[in-house]
Amino acid sequence: MEPVTRQTITVEINGTSYEREVETRRLLIHFIRDDVDLTGSHVGCDTGNCGACSVILDGQLVKSCMVLAVQADGSTIETVEGLAAEGELTGLQQAFSDHHALQCGYCTPGMLMSATALLRQTPKPSTDEIRKGLQGNICRCTGYWNIVDAVTAASGQEVESRD
Amino acid sequence: MLLREVEYARPSSVDEAVRMLGAHEGARALAGGQTLVNVMKARAASPDVLVDLNRLAELREISVSGDTLELGAMATYTQLLASSEVEVARPILAEVCGLIADVQVRNRGTIGGNVCSNDPTNHLPPLLVALGAEMVILGPDGERTVSASDFFLGVYMTAAGPGELLTSIRVPAGRRDAFEAITLGADGTCIVSAAASLVEGGVRVAIGCVDAVPILVEPAAADEAAVRAAVGAAGLEPPADVHASSDYRRHLAEVVAVRAVQKASAAS
Repeated sequence: MEPVTRQTITVEINGTSYEREVETRRLLIHFIRDDVDLTGSHVGCDTGNCGACSVILDGQLVKSCMVLAVQADGSTIETVEGLAAEGELTGLQQAFSDHHALQCGYCTPGMLMSATALLRQTPKPSTDEIRKGLQGNICRCTGYWNIVDAVTAASGQEVESRD
Repeated sequence: MLLREVEYARPSSVDEAVRMLGAHEGARALAGGQTLVNVMKARAASPDVLVDLNRLAELREISVSGDTLELGAMATYTQLLASSEVEVARPILAEVCGLIADVQVRNRGTIGGNVCSNDPTNHLPPLLVALGAEMVILGPDGERTVSASDFFLGVYMTAAGPGELLTSIRVPAGRRDAFEAITLGADGTCIVSAAASLVEGGVRVAIGCVDAVPILVEPAAADEAAVRAAVGAAGLEPPADVHASSDYRRHLAEVVAVRAVQKASAAS
């Protein structure tokens, strides 16, 4: 294919197929938020550091501010909206609520997607593995402890008391 | 963020990619995009045409033939971490890829992108120099190989010129290697790094973050005094920034070089 500045792409997001014409300079996060109107994924830093825009692209966790929308043509994407698709929280989401793993909530969609990807690969992660799995996601509220606790609980492991 | 308008092409073969890179002035190869997309946001790079390599499966292959590990330039850090070939032939590569940034970046970022961006703080340039890797570059006139020591030319500059494409990296098999760095936070950007490799009859240490390109020193022996002497004799004049003064970086260079050599000596 010769170079173009606009292209029609087809992307499946949370089980629904979307076909849109996009500018090739469009970042995937803006396609998801502004073209498809799934605004759960957030733009935090826009520099690839904070992870608030994390989504699962063809089974792999990525920061959607560092992928072009056109690159996702033909791909399958999971965003935070896909987690409670039937209106019922996933075990991970419930654990975030139970363990107060969010305060302002801005980082939460990215945290949930990173933790979802981690638990698929490592169903019973150690504390170190959880911290390493969430390394690409920044939270400025919680200090991370409660997030690690929530992921621990969601994996069916006992959460150690810090009292 | 809205990028400057850019043309996009998705070649269906490596040859087509090279043709596109040569046909358009201002064309740039798009590897994992974990550096390039960000510098495009900042307008620090403004390519006119992006030649996306992500669907070229042949550039992602990892294979071993004889004593040589061949890594496709588009192999991701995550791929190297999971590769049984890498684990058997040169495990330090997987170990170091596991130190780079975070899961998301490791899933997209590629070894070819890491070396071709040649940011002086990147992990892989000093590592590949220490390991004695060879870079395979394809251009309109065919293929050529360049040693890693000759590949890195300056900050963000490599021997892969306009119209050329790094296609693979060949690494000799071996296990007596180590990488040590002082970083900004766990697995963060390197302030100073050193990769050491003990090869038959010699010690190779490549130091990162102290110059535009990795600095190779070859201590006479694998003991602390010899390593300190060799690093001292290299006459390093590291850059200063908010994280470390030039003197402090020079000090750290000796420290991480000694640590890397000691760790490599203990590796089996």
